Amino acid sequence: MSEIIKTDVVIVGAGPTGLFAVFELGLLDIKAHLIDILPKPGGQCAELYPEKPIYDIPGFPMVTGQGLVDNLLQQIEPFGPTFHYNEMVEGLDVLGTPEAPAFRVRTDGGKVFEAKVVIVAAGGGSFQPKRPPVATIEAYENKSVFYAVRKMEDFRDRTVLIVGGGDSALDWTLNLHPIAKRIILMHRRDEFRAAPHSVNAMRELVASKQMDLLIGQIAGLKGEDGRLSAVSVKTADGVSDVACDRMLPFFGLTMKLGPIADWGLNLHEQLVPVDTEKFETNAPGIFAIGDINTYPGKLKLILSGFHEAALCAQKAHRYVYPEKKLHFQYTTSSTNLQKKLGVA
Amino acid sequence: MTKITFVDAAGQSRTIDAEDGSTVMESALKNSIPGIEAECGGACACATCHVYVDDAWMEKLGKPEQMEEDMLDFAFDVRPTSRLSCQIKVRPEIDGLSVTTPEKQG
Ligand SMILES: Cc1cc2nc3c(=O)[nH]c(=O)nc-3n(C[C@H](O)[C@H](O)[C@H](O)COP(=O)(O)OP(=O)(O)OC[C@H]3O[C@@H](n4cnc5c(N)ncnc54)[C@H](O)[C@@H]3O)c2cc1C
Ligand code: FES
Repeated sequence: MSEIIKTDVVIVGAGPTGLFAVFELGLLDIKAHLIDILPKPGGQCAELYPEKPIYDIPGFPMVTGQGLVDNLLQQIEPFGPTFHYNEMVEGLDVLGTPEAPAFRVRTDGGKVFEAKVVIVAAGGGSFQPKRPPVATIEAYENKSVFYAVRKMEDFRDRTVLIVGGGDSALDWTLNLHPIAKRIILMHRRDEFRAAPHSVNAMRELVASKQMDLLIGQIAGLKGEDGRLSAVSVKTADGVSDVACDRMLPFFGLTMKLGPIADWGLNLHEQLVPVDTEKFETNAPGIFAIGDINTYPGKLKLILSGFHEAALCAQKAHRYVYPEKKLHFQYTTSSTNLQKKLGVA
Repeated sequence: MTKITFVDAAGQSRTIDAEDGSTVMESALKNSIPGIEAECGGACACATCHVYVDDAWMEKLGKPEQMEEDMLDFAFDVRPTSRLSCQIKVRPEIDGLSVTTPEKQG
């Protein structure tokens, strides 16, 4: 087991709500680590609509999804949060008691955290690769069907069918080409979204017969015990089999509740019920804020997440500093808060 | 009001009154039409509002824009009649439109 990272609070999800929670916790001297399966902060704002305008952030007549994320990052910088990207929080074990909670948090990448408080700011769930809806695909996953390349060696001397037309598909076509036995790239149309230089490089490899390009779509899988032997593909000429022993489908991301369902939290229609005073779940010390929670009157708005972050931080303070009393202060006038923000 | 018919993968059809100016996707959700997920809420960023447009309507609807065509790459079993329903605006000219929802949005 890797070294245990000890911290006050672990925040699951680095969407706008998780990011702003760092600010509210920071004002109360509480340190946080954020974990997100995405390679970057911002959740839905950064992944789904970075360029689109948002009109209902108080004080901002208009800000884009990415603009909001950039501002939030700047706002929380004084509190030095630690980010752990490309990691999915898998396990959450209770170590402490309801009065003095403590938790162990584990990620799929093998990181282990110990924290007094866990804030679930998981939005619509973790962004996960889309699974092509073909029968029996689950049986092949992580054996011969992969949604990401974690180890290049898994593809050495293999016949790899890469499916998709964006940068991931093209980059892996080019990167795996030198070590794979054969690369077959398949896309639904002869037009690619990927960067033009990688498309050109791919076209050259195809022209010199060093790889194959197929215009078609996945229709089914053939093989045994998770070992792929062929993919049946639908092309303009009908359905045929393409022999291969690895497949890499790249169809973008979708949000799935994921492992949160296994943490012993009450769930209501894929959402976590909380109270509206502290936004705490049925498990003392575990809070849920932002799109992931539900309560009477809940609105899935960024501003609701911000409000919830401020209130849950108050209760988190009681768990992290049971001896200390909290005094309400304004950032405008409190030198104490301004020192923390690095402006006094 | 403009009438739109949704046929699901099993062949069951449902006709709704859609509001002009909204999108076909929005009208589907408002009327609890199954088979349309619209995870991204119409931002042309998820491809889970994929539909097959009835052949007879293809010309009238016009060609999808580049952004929609790109996002269709993330849908499954894409056909020449595939469209993203969040990119089809409801207007009187499409009164009677019929679309089929795919078996799975993926
Ligand atoms: C197209 C579109 C337009 C929108 N417009 C507006 C608007 O104008 N105004 C407004 O207020 N709201 C708008 N919203 C809604 C707004 O984006 C959400 O309310 C907001 O993103 C919720 O923030 P969050 O931090 O709670 O969750 P998210 O933004 O969903 O972030 C959650 C993060 O948690 C991560 N995560 C989840 N589970 C795990 C796990 N187990 N391990 C690791 N990471 C995990 C996810 O990968 C994700 O990055 C819009 C949404 C969309 C899709
Ligand atoms: S609703 Fe997401 S692309 Fe149409």
